[in-house]
Amino acid sequence: MLARIWQFVVKEFFQVWRDPRTRFSLIVPPIIQIIVFGYAATFDVHNVPTAVFDQDHSQESRELISRFASSGYFKITQESGNGARINDLIDRGRITLAIRILPGFAEEIRKREDASLQVVLDGTDSNTALIALGYINQITQRYQQDYQRDYLNRIAPLASQRVPQVMLDERPWFNKNLEDKLFFVPGTIGSVLMVMVMTLTAFSIVREHEIGTLEQIMVTPIRPLEFILGKTIPYLMIALFELLIISLVGVMWFEVPLRGSIALLLAGSLLFIAGVLGIGLLISTLSNTQQQAMVVSFFFVQPAITLSGFGFPISSMPPVLQWLTYLDPLRYYLVVLRATFLKGLDFDLLWPQFVGMAVFALLTLSAAAARFRKTLD
Amino acid sequence: MPDESWAVVVEGLVKDFPPVRAVDHLSFRVSAGEIFGLVGPDGAGKTTTMRVLAGVMAPDEGSAVVCGCDVVRDPEAVKQHISYMPQRFGLYEDLTVSENIRFYADLFGISRRQREQAAARLLAACGMSEFSGRLAGKLSGGMKQKLGLVCALIHTPRLLLLDEPTNGVDPLSRREFWAMLYELAAQGVTIVNSTAYLDEAERCHRVALMHRGRLLFCDQPQRLKQRLPGAVIAVVSPIAARLREELAHADGVHSVLLIGDALHLFVDDAARRIPQISRALDAKGLFYDEVVRITPTIEDLFVNAVTAQEPH
Ligand SMILES: Nc1ncnc2c1ncn2[C@@H]1O[C@H](COP(=O)(O)OP(=O)(O)O)[C@@H](O)[C@H]1O
Ligand SMILES: [Mg+2]
Repeated sequence: MLARIWQFVVKEFFQVWRDPRTRFSLIVPPIIQIIVFGYAATFDVHNVPTAVFDQDHSQESRELISRFASSGYFKITQESGNGARINDLIDRGRITLAIRILPGFAEEIRKREDASLQVVLDGTDSNTALIALGYINQITQRYQQDYQRDYLNRIAPLASQRVPQVMLDERPWFNKNLEDKLFFVPGTIGSVLMVMVMTLTAFSIVREHEIGTLEQIMVTPIRPLEFILGKTIPYLMIALFELLIISLVGVMWFEVPLRGSIALLLAGSLLFIAGVLGIGLLISTLSNTQQQAMVVSFFFVQPAITLSGFGFPISSMPPVLQWLTYLDPLRYYLVVLRATFLKGLDFDLLWPQFVGMAVFALLTLSAAAARFRKTLD
Repeated sequence: MPDESWAVVVEGLVKDFPPVRAVDHLSFRVSAGEIFGLVGPDGAGKTTTMRVLAGVMAPDEGSAVVCGCDVVRDPEAVKQHISYMPQRFGLYEDLTVSENIRFYADLFGISRRQREQAAARLLAACGMSEFSGRLAGKLSGGMKQKLGLVCALIHTPRLLLLDEPTNGVDPLSRREFWAMLYELAAQGVTIVNSTAYLDEAERCHRVALMHRGRLLFCDQPQRLKQRLPGAVIAVVSPIAARLREELAHADGVHSVLLIGDALHLFVDDAARRIPQISRALDAKGLFYDEVVRITPTIEDLFVNAVTAQEPH
């Protein structure tokens, strides 16, 4: 029994290692993915292409525009005219945002009337639009406060000292500077690992079916469980090696801290990988061609990443989807990854995630073993 | 109680792949130590039959007892006793010859010492000793096939199932291959092999001719030929293909088969038809070298049986 499994493990290793394409795809794409995600995956907005139509040409309007420009959130082009071109600019994708300062803006402020500012946003990318709008609000409010303080200073220097203001004192825990990369890098480790394990295992059985070796294996006295273990163990080891590489990139390159215990991270990773292996092998036993396996595994990986909380918070999803996320092993693993990397949490808080992943792994692996028939029908 | 003198007993085997009936009430027996041939064209149902015997496919009806094990009820039990070489033998092309051998040996639980001895002997027997370090993907077609046989024989089976083993193999390798089979049979291993080539069939001790899932005949090759009703006459001519039209509907001719530059005519009575056909060709001025009676080949027998079954 052990000899049979061992021989399988050796064979799979040889096959993975001798194929230059597989060898390459084990190392290079994951590193590229984690680097790209580390840089590209961010919720923050910078340099939003913005057109400013200053129809007031006053000192006040120029002051406000320079505040927008120096914030770094907007990349400003000054436009002349009355803003009739806004639609056109947005349709062509030249700008995401247009700010229009109407004639009489300074006049109204000086007369202490409400002065208004027109903002047109391209809401196609609603996330960017919302965040940009937030910054616009912040900047104009700050401008207003400063203007009022200036004004008070001038008319009643003493009174101005006593105008109370509410100040927000923010203390984000675990990610002190609210850097998006700290949020995304552990998540990327999870999703890269999932994609790798899926692509390796979803093909592993159906490929043997296609080249004819499966029929050969079926006529040997091997038991289904031995077969599944023989397919599981090597890929589990390869996946741990993957984890090591991409975690190193995360820690060394992106300076993501590893605050928790490595043993806990390893244990969680083993359970997660086992579950994804189970799904991959199940897909492989159910497919007749490698193409089928590819399509099916794609339809698993895509929603699994979306529902995992990798990019979109689970708490904002509709209840039905939230419920679905419990079927997603990546959901549990992301919690473990973020908790061990960023928070340094312990098992006493993380055990529900471990249970979730263990159940998933057990179910999928035994389904794969049960589905693996030694018959060809 | 299974009868031990029969290595294979097949009764009323049926396998459907709707709408095709791949195997249609097939029955035959193979005795121990025999080289038995399943012979028929593509689609005859040979592979399906082999798969049932190997315990990797469940039939819809009928029974198959292999080496005393009922493969329909317990397909796993038989696997210790048999070796099966599928039509497309599953070699790992990215493993070397000896790694392939080792993989299959371990699946059968062969000890290391046994494996090394058997591998050395088998590789030597098929002239492949110096290739043991070569990747299987880099072997020629004939060598791949021989490596398949080596892997299949790495444990000593009581029954060897070979599905078109010499397909795509050069004549020299083919001869070596058969030499190995005869040697195995002499050691008491039963061999069931399938082929679409009738010259291969003549090397078997006994053959079963199959067509569309059905058994046409099952006997020794020589005896089968004697069974052919009537006689076969050959019309040798450089324009044999053209003569086919002329002769297909002549009196007393059942069917016509074109082989090389000869037409084989199945006739009721050779003595009567040879002069008749010669005269007919002379009268029309059609050129031919000779018209003679010949000993029928299995191919003749086969074509005649099939055309008799389905008159167009
Ligand atoms: N897995 C299968 N699914 C559907 N049809 C099949 C399958 N295997 C064989 N057949 C059909 O059964 C018939 C017999 O096939 P097969 O046993 O492979 O014949 P042979 O080996 O003599 O060429 C053919 O018509 C073939 O198309
Ligand atoms: Mg076949």
